Amino acid sequence: MKKKNLVQRTVIIFVVTLIGLYVVIGPRHRPTRHDFTWSGIKATLASNIRLGLDLKGGSHLVMRVKTEEFLKRLTEENAVAAQNAAKDAGFDIKEARGETSGGNYRVVLVPADPSKANDIRQAIEKKVELGERLGWSFSSSGNTLAWSLTGAAQRTLADDATTQALRIVESRINALGVTEPTLQTHGSQSSHQILLQMPGVTDPERVKQLLKGESRLELVHIVSPPSPAPSQTYVTKEEAIASLNSGGGTIPANRRVLPYSERAEPTAAASQNPNEQKPVRWVVVESPAIIDGSELRNASAVPTRAGSSDEYEISFSLKKNGADKFGAWTGAHINEYMGVVLNDEVKSIAFIKSQIFDSGQIEGRFTKQSAEDLALTLRSGALPAPIEYLEERTVGPSLGQDSIHSGVRASAVGLALVVLFMLFYYRGSGVNAVVALLLNMVLMLAGLILFGATLTLPGIAGIILTIGMAVDSNVLIFERVREELRTGKTIPSAIDQGFGRAFITIIDTHVTTIISSMFLFVFGTGPIRGFAVTLVIGLLVNLFSAVYVSRTIFIWLLSRKQKVESLSI
Amino acid sequence: MIQVFKDVRIDWLANRRWFIGLSILLMLAGLGSAIFRQFTHHQAFNLGVDFKGGTVVTVKFKQRPADEAIRAALVKQGVRDAIVQLTDKPDTVLIKLPLEGQGAESQAQVDAGRTEVRNALNVFGPEAQPTLELGADSNAAYKIIATDAVGAVAGAQLRNKAIAVTLAALVGILIYIAFRFEWTYGAAAVIAVFHDVLVTLGFFSLFQWEVSLTVIAALLTLVGFSVNDTIVVFDRIRENRKLHRRDSLYKITNDSINQTLSRTVITSGLVFLSVLAMVLFGGEVLRGFSLALLIGITFGTYSSVAIASPIMVWWEQRIEAANRAAAVNFSRPLKGGGPAKTKNLGRDVVSARAGKQ
Repeated sequence: MKKKNLVQRTVIIFVVTLIGLYVVIGPRHRPTRHDFTWSGIKATLASNIRLGLDLKGGSHLVMRVKTEEFLKRLTEENAVAAQNAAKDAGFDIKEARGETSGGNYRVVLVPADPSKANDIRQAIEKKVELGERLGWSFSSSGNTLAWSLTGAAQRTLADDATTQALRIVESRINALGVTEPTLQTHGSQSSHQILLQMPGVTDPERVKQLLKGESRLELVHIVSPPSPAPSQTYVTKEEAIASLNSGGGTIPANRRVLPYSERAEPTAAASQNPNEQKPVRWVVVESPAIIDGSELRNASAVPTRAGSSDEYEISFSLKKNGADKFGAWTGAHINEYMGVVLNDEVKSIAFIKSQIFDSGQIEGRFTKQSAEDLALTLRSGALPAPIEYLEERTVGPSLGQDSIHSGVRASAVGLALVVLFMLFYYRGSGVNAVVALLLNMVLMLAGLILFGATLTLPGIAGIILTIGMAVDSNVLIFERVREELRTGKTIPSAIDQGFGRAFITIIDTHVTTIISSMFLFVFGTGPIRGFAVTLVIGLLVNLFSAVYVSRTIFIWLLSRKQKVESLSI
Repeated sequence: MIQVFKDVRIDWLANRRWFIGLSILLMLAGLGSAIFRQFTHHQAFNLGVDFKGGTVVTVKFKQRPADEAIRAALVKQGVRDAIVQLTDKPDTVLIKLPLEGQGAESQAQVDAGRTEVRNALNVFGPEAQPTLELGADSNAAYKIIATDAVGAVAGAQLRNKAIAVTLAALVGILIYIAFRFEWTYGAAAVIAVFHDVLVTLGFFSLFQWEVSLTVIAALLTLVGFSVNDTIVVFDRIRENRKLHRRDSLYKITNDSINQTLSRTVITSGLVFLSVLAMVLFGGEVLRGFSLALLIGITFGTYSSVAIASPIMVWWEQRIEAANRAAAVNFSRPLKGGGPAKTKNLGRDVVSARAGKQ
């Protein structure tokens, strides 16, 4: 080997080692004297490596899906739909309402002509999801028709709502980038609880707000004289209800009275402020909404004015179906008022200047983060029902602190055994192996940190396999060099041949394992992925440390003398 | 220079019937145990909280004992495989118990769990009166403040996915080895890996050790070790076939195993020792993980010599024989085709298939 080659190799190894060391134990702030002490290095290491819930602990949140709200809303929506279906079929309906009391959910209809009850029922059940088959048992008494939800159907619907909520919570958590969360149902099935554990998260406030966001978006028709008259709003709720002239102060099923807080600060930022601004105006809107959030294709936070960075709004676009519906509706209602409603609160009112198809804005004085969070929850879909938090606490590692300590101790014992054996058995060359092994571990940790991987127990299993294969690489090489020496080769050529032959084997074993890990990484989930990530990083590093570095040390040893007579191996 | 082996000449393949017989016996024992348990206890394996869900009991102590002490008290009461987890409050711990038997979590399960925990914890002193706060009851040592049922972290979906993904990874291994060696080598390696996993799982069923997510991690690890070991031997066979074209595959395989024997013993021995340290000093919680690794490494090493190599040789010989039969049909039988061949028929067949590199 030429001298120049050796210098080049040494420089590469030093640079890589320094970068690796910096990534692993380098502080991410301006270094202080404390960072160079033992406890300082340990603290930096702990803050650089992300540990999973099983090793570190984190936040433990139990939430409940308010399924009764879901059933209530469903009942009310069905009442409106039933009324509309009956009207479409040419029947006059005096009153339609959803009744919920004491765990019973009933859709009640009062037709103008009770003698046609059966025809009305048929017309409605054809179009609306009511009927025995769907768990709504029908009854009629006097002049009312009623569908009430059976207990079994209530349970099925509530369970479905919980499953759906779990899925939406999952997609929000993933969108937020919380690493390796555990999400599972909690409590008995009828309690509709979800348990969320997030490793390393000690302040879950933002996550909590974000998960809680129901994000029910609706575009509604505002009951108001058309533009240029200003949109019709009322100072009090009572005044708004009185305008409906329904008598007795009730709201008919096809109308809703909603608060309208002009340009108030909504979502996360507002609820942190206890003196939340009370809604100032009330408006009457038509029910059902023109379209709702399920028609949403995308939502994103954009600055309200170009170049401004302190005020944001949310721009959204609609799917094809929703856009068609919306376009047809806006085309027919030019100059009338429509409103953007979020979680039963009117966010903005605008008159329709011209036909609108597939996009709109939610205005409001959003901060950048609250706008981004809202857009995220809108994208992940609306929760079927609101959720409430029952329990929140910070938990220790699920493996148990003492188990982790004993695990670390046992690994240290194992590693010490390996190092001692290598030094004893391979003498001087054993130093090569130990240097390569230590470098492998440093660079593997650096790789984990650079990829932002979370270390969990399966990850540690990957590290164990890597260390095993790293030791194996050295053993393969040394045994091979010994074999070549036994056949009477000179030392330089034995080293050359030994590395050359063993390298083929090492490549085959490593590539096989890396290929299978790729499968595990691409198609696997959670723990399996954690295993694959550490293994792939570890093996790639090992090709460098066990082959390149170890070889360089041998080259250096050989280069010190003109003629090498003995090799300590 | 210290050496483990010097010029060993063991005829490994001669014992192949014993090896394969032993392996089949072990796999049958595991399978038998799994089937038997499935029928008698409705569970082939002792699945942990991760897979089945279970009960979480929250306990508040006046003076919290060490985790190990709590765990020991539970084991004494017959509650194995409980997870003891600390909370942010120094006096409160969560104890997770796996679900007993089959079926979804029910109130009866939760109550049973509560009773078990109470019986176990009574070694630290009595529980506080139900109506009193812990602080108000001067005799009490602890109070159970909550019991909840939890769902499985790794449901059936995750388990099935894990199996499917591992199978896909094995197919990947098969294809790569087939590309670098021959497809018979790949098949033999994958069969050996299957064998290792089945034998290890068999042990878990036989002794009813708890199968948790950590055991799955250990199984993934042993797949890696086993394939690694097998490839090292195969790699030597490939090399020797090019160097000694006249030798039979039988002899070459034996030689290759012998030549790599010191490496096999050193590597596997070192890993075995490290894992043994984990079994001995790693604590109760990691025992399932380290036991699975220990058994897996032992059988992973064994299978590359005793399973993968014999299967590969047998398969190659079959192909060889078929090729020769085909060739004989086309030409006249070879005269003096080599008395050596006829003498040791079935054992020494010269391979015409050159190893790829």
